[in-house]
Amino acid sequence: MKDEVTREERVENLKGMGCSRKRVEDARFTQGKGNYVDDIKLDGMLFGDFVRSPYAHARIKSIDTTAALDVPGVLAVLTAADLEPLGLHWMPTLAGDKQMVLADGKVLFQGQEVAFVVAEDRYAAADGIELVEVDYEELPVIVDPFEALQSDVVLREDLDPKAPGAHGPRKHHNHIFTWEAGDKEPTQEVIDNAEVVAEESMYYHRTHPCPLETCGCVASMDKVNGKLTLWGTFQAPHAIRTVVSLISGIEEHNIRVISPDIGGGFGNKVGAYPGYVCSVVASIVTGKPVKWIEDRMDNLMTTAFARDYHMTGKISATKDGKITGLQCHVTADHGGFDACADPTKFPAGFMNICTGSYDIPTAYLEVDGVYTNKAPGGVSYRCSFRVTEAVYFIERMIEVLAIKLDMDAAELRRINFIKKEQFPYTAALGWEYDSGDYHTAWDKALKTVDYDGLRAEQSQRVEDFKAGRTRKLMGIGLSFFTEIVGAGPVKNCDILGLGMFDSCEIRIHPTGSAIARLGTISQGQGHATTFAQILASEIGLPADSITIEEGDTDTAPYGLGTYGSRSTPVAGAATAMAGRKIRAKAQMIAAYLLEVHDNDVEFDVDRFVVKGAPEKFKTMKEIAFAAYNQAIPGIEPGLEAVSYYDPPNMTYPFGAYVCVMDIDVDTGVPEIRRFYALDDCGTRINPMIIEGQVHGGLTEALAVALGQEIAYDDMGNCKTGTLMDFFLPTAWEVPNYETDYTVTPSPHHPIGAKGVGESPHVGGVPCFSNAVQDAFRAFGNTHTNMPHDHWRIWKTANDLGLHG
Amino acid sequence: MSKKMHIKLNVNGKDEEFLAEPRELLIYTLRERLNITGPHIGCETSHCGACTVTINGKSVKSCTMFVAQADGAEVTTIEGIGGPDNLHPLQEAFKEHHGLQCGYCTPGMITRATKLLEENPNPTEEDIRFGMAGNICRCTGYQNIVKSIQAAATEMNAAKEAAE
Amino acid sequence: MIPAAFEYYRPKDMASVLAILEEHGDDARVMAGGHSLIPMMKLRMADVPHLIDLQDIGGMSDIVIDADGIRIGALVTQADIIDDAKLTAAAPILREAALQIADPQVRYMGTVGGNVANGDPGNDMPGLMQCLDAVFTVVGPDGEREIPAREFYEAAYMTAREDDEVLTSVSIPPPTGGYAYEKQKRKIGDYATAAAAVQIVKGGGSCVSASIAMTNLSDTPVYSQAASDALVGTAVDDAALDAAVAAMLADIDPSEDNRGPIAFKKHVAGVILRRAIVRAWSRA
Repeated sequence: MKDEVTREERVENLKGMGCSRKRVEDARFTQGKGNYVDDIKLDGMLFGDFVRSPYAHARIKSIDTTAALDVPGVLAVLTAADLEPLGLHWMPTLAGDKQMVLADGKVLFQGQEVAFVVAEDRYAAADGIELVEVDYEELPVIVDPFEALQSDVVLREDLDPKAPGAHGPRKHHNHIFTWEAGDKEPTQEVIDNAEVVAEESMYYHRTHPCPLETCGCVASMDKVNGKLTLWGTFQAPHAIRTVVSLISGIEEHNIRVISPDIGGGFGNKVGAYPGYVCSVVASIVTGKPVKWIEDRMDNLMTTAFARDYHMTGKISATKDGKITGLQCHVTADHGGFDACADPTKFPAGFMNICTGSYDIPTAYLEVDGVYTNKAPGGVSYRCSFRVTEAVYFIERMIEVLAIKLDMDAAELRRINFIKKEQFPYTAALGWEYDSGDYHTAWDKALKTVDYDGLRAEQSQRVEDFKAGRTRKLMGIGLSFFTEIVGAGPVKNCDILGLGMFDSCEIRIHPTGSAIARLGTISQGQGHATTFAQILASEIGLPADSITIEEGDTDTAPYGLGTYGSRSTPVAGAATAMAGRKIRAKAQMIAAYLLEVHDNDVEFDVDRFVVKGAPEKFKTMKEIAFAAYNQAIPGIEPGLEAVSYYDPPNMTYPFGAYVCVMDIDVDTGVPEIRRFYALDDCGTRINPMIIEGQVHGGLTEALAVALGQEIAYDDMGNCKTGTLMDFFLPTAWEVPNYETDYTVTPSPHHPIGAKGVGESPHVGGVPCFSNAVQDAFRAFGNTHTNMPHDHWRIWKTANDLGLHG
Repeated sequence: MSKKMHIKLNVNGKDEEFLAEPRELLIYTLRERLNITGPHIGCETSHCGACTVTINGKSVKSCTMFVAQADGAEVTTIEGIGGPDNLHPLQEAFKEHHGLQCGYCTPGMITRATKLLEENPNPTEEDIRFGMAGNICRCTGYQNIVKSIQAAATEMNAAKEAAE
Repeated sequence: MIPAAFEYYRPKDMASVLAILEEHGDDARVMAGGHSLIPMMKLRMADVPHLIDLQDIGGMSDIVIDADGIRIGALVTQADIIDDAKLTAAAPILREAALQIADPQVRYMGTVGGNVANGDPGNDMPGLMQCLDAVFTVVGPDGEREIPAREFYEAAYMTAREDDEVLTSVSIPPPTGGYAYEKQKRKIGDYATAAAAVQIVKGGGSCVSASIAMTNLSDTPVYSQAASDALVGTAVDDAALDAAVAAMLADIDPSEDNRGPIAFKKHVAGVILRRAIVRAWSRA
């Protein structure tokens, strides 16, 4: 029988790398059988919820919980005073700062957690919250980071203003850190002596990842056995276990953290929130499981925001467009606590990838982090750490320089791209780009969209507009991005001291099926599908015979989780490496069974064959059985492997995007006519899933560029707390996307894969923004800030005198 | 707390009777009282549609309906649309065309789509985008959701034709 | 988001509704689809100790079209309006407007009565009804009375309906001529940045009569007699359009919100109105 199956069919049967395998997750999700945190129901489970501050900055004079405790069903109301004896009224943040779990004497942002009401059901908890009486004394509110650095008002009274912070000296009591990269003086010199310098200030507004499922957890302390189980919407369950252990004193082996199905994360679910701590404490106090689930307002107003970077740049070039230097200063608004989720040595994330895809010889970056009366956060919303900000910055600076040079922006990019032969390329700000072929990707993109034709059409449109024949302008948005993902090498990447390796553990069953467990956790990326594909190709067992499991710290190997597009670059590599260990042992077993020397057999799809005698082979299924059931001299029984993978470098996916947009000058309404996205994420594991990731990332980019914003008034009131005002596009506002690709494998990754989930967001935001800005270029626009909602687009037109 | 009401519902063909406070939101009745956890909670202000169920033939956001209002109603959730032995063509199509990622919006999305295809068995892409605009997905960008619904419509129409 | 507790009533007849309203006064509110009220209750921005669900009241879900005009029961939903072919033939602007309200699920629950009675400046039906010169029938302890839509709205959430009265139906004289409902919004589910309802009758190449109202540009809907008058007798040329827009701009009083500042809203109001008039004229 076996001989009738061709080699091609054997490859196909594996459903390994490169095929659009259908997702194994979907059976349960399409039938309503997903298991999300809020689906968990335990005997006697209680509900906790927060009393939150209505003020952005206030002193708390008193908290009276009497009336709340009288509500039938309310069991306890926790305040900072209750947590203080346990040392849990403050908690460490991922950024080396500390954050109040419950307001300790004052509040620093609207919505801050003040008290935690624990009740028998949601209804009693909500009624109790209404009756907790908090006496506030309002304090001056600072929502502007520049004002914060001038103000006498001390936001963080708990910090010694003279003492250095986690990232070095502080210049002012509201200053958090200064972080530098590159060469300050040489860059200044280049810019001072340049033939052409373009300068721009831009604000990348505050937004929020806003996954459809909010954050939440269920804490269950088993007092009899001393074991704590914590289910939660955690993008990094193992790190959460360590954090919980460090702050609670419960030994790590007595804590089991489980991330069940997660309804989207996008960076919002990386950090630790007061709700987790309070649920754990409440469970310890009451001896019952306690559930805490945010509502949408809580989510938008208090858990981790993204961006809020005020960026000023200078870019210098020769008259013919060769870039010579780049300078960037960022004032970063971190809110009331520094709760960014960045690797420890990178308080501004990988903002120093801001030289982008260009061969820029000299550069300097300086970032100042600042406290304000806004919610803490600063997470990477569908991007690697601050890479969206970096790419937006450079892709805007390129456009601004093109305007200054009176040059086509596509051509300016082409002139300055890092050349294929320059890889591995060390950028001026220190990163070593692993591989790339930017010119090929760019040329393919421009050719596909008929770039010259589009520019001709645009010129005609400008003529028509000037002649009064149309009121719509046409914008051509370009972006070429290089991501930096897969954090990261333990030598320079850690979070709270935890090295950012990742892991995979494989157990082959005797009948030739397998289970693999990883330190990551899917939030919709389809890990159960794609990691099985990697393994199928590596170990020759069908993907359909491999179960992938993640998210349970009692069973999965330690890993740092899923964010920053790190799953494929790091855990995917661990998977391949663990697979190779399996294969190495299988090779010895095969050789024994085939009665030849180890070196005389070779792997072929799903079997080991005797070199030169392909009819002599043992399938992996046969080998698996033998591994468990045959005494083989010198080889232990069983077929298992584990790999902890410390990547030698980051991976650098890239892409070329083009957006064609029509803009109604009179109403400010943009209409996306076309969007073309070429992504190069190295080796492609599952094209169907890649395409899905690109669609999703572009849609989140569209939202951010065109209207999605967390906005505050002068009093620090959040104006965008519901989905009426916080823009999440529906199917009606979203276009169809054209996707395309090139393949430039990563040279250091075992399978050459680079990661893709975040690229479309990183490249998409500047592309949409550039389309809006490009539409007005012919009328003198150089830069306007996002989000480009109707009124801001209208304002651009109005400021340029286009409303007559 | 107000006095509890005697509530009768028919959910996915099964009669349910219980006492509940009138302020209990239908989504919690389904999820917490009846353990029907397919419909989810996303925004709580009737914008996202994750909680969509069918009530007396209408697509409804069950986070914005008190159980008291639903007293006497017939409710269909994703669990009543198809299961392991009788998948609905929409469930098949969403799997086939990668119409979901994290899966959180999917039950509401498919439940709404069943009704959309009843209203309009031959929808254009524009009809689908407009008819599904009450359901937000944060992952897919909708392109494959549209594709899934188109494919299911084709499949359902072919099956109907074959039956006739 | 959990609302405060309340007593729930689902009476079978209007007399019972009125009795409950009388008994509890300000503490009682009627509810139809609930899609405006329930979110406010969940956010605890509306406190309703006694909630009266109107769904079982008979005779309030009918659409009657006869020579005298159109009568729409207060419990008729936006979806009912969209699906009623006869109504669309008689007053196509209703369908055009209803399709621009919220999303499919909300349109299944949202009623005409709720939309017009609530007094929310963001709702689309009030301006539309002013354009159509509708009359609202309310019933209270002293029986029925009729209130013209153009006199109904006093301020945001303040209307001519007394607290002990219930709005039962909307009557519309048969509209004639061309129509348009033009709305700019940020996304599906949003209220209008600006919206205009226009009906125009054309005779012998010029405008015989016009009716114009706008939404979400003041704390009430804005019916502008002056804007309508500016079109009458003209060929609806640029000068007439300018005059109508100028007249409307004098009547609106938008406030700044997340949709944008006042200057933007005024400008967009003019643009949207102009487009609505042009479209209505093209259909007249």
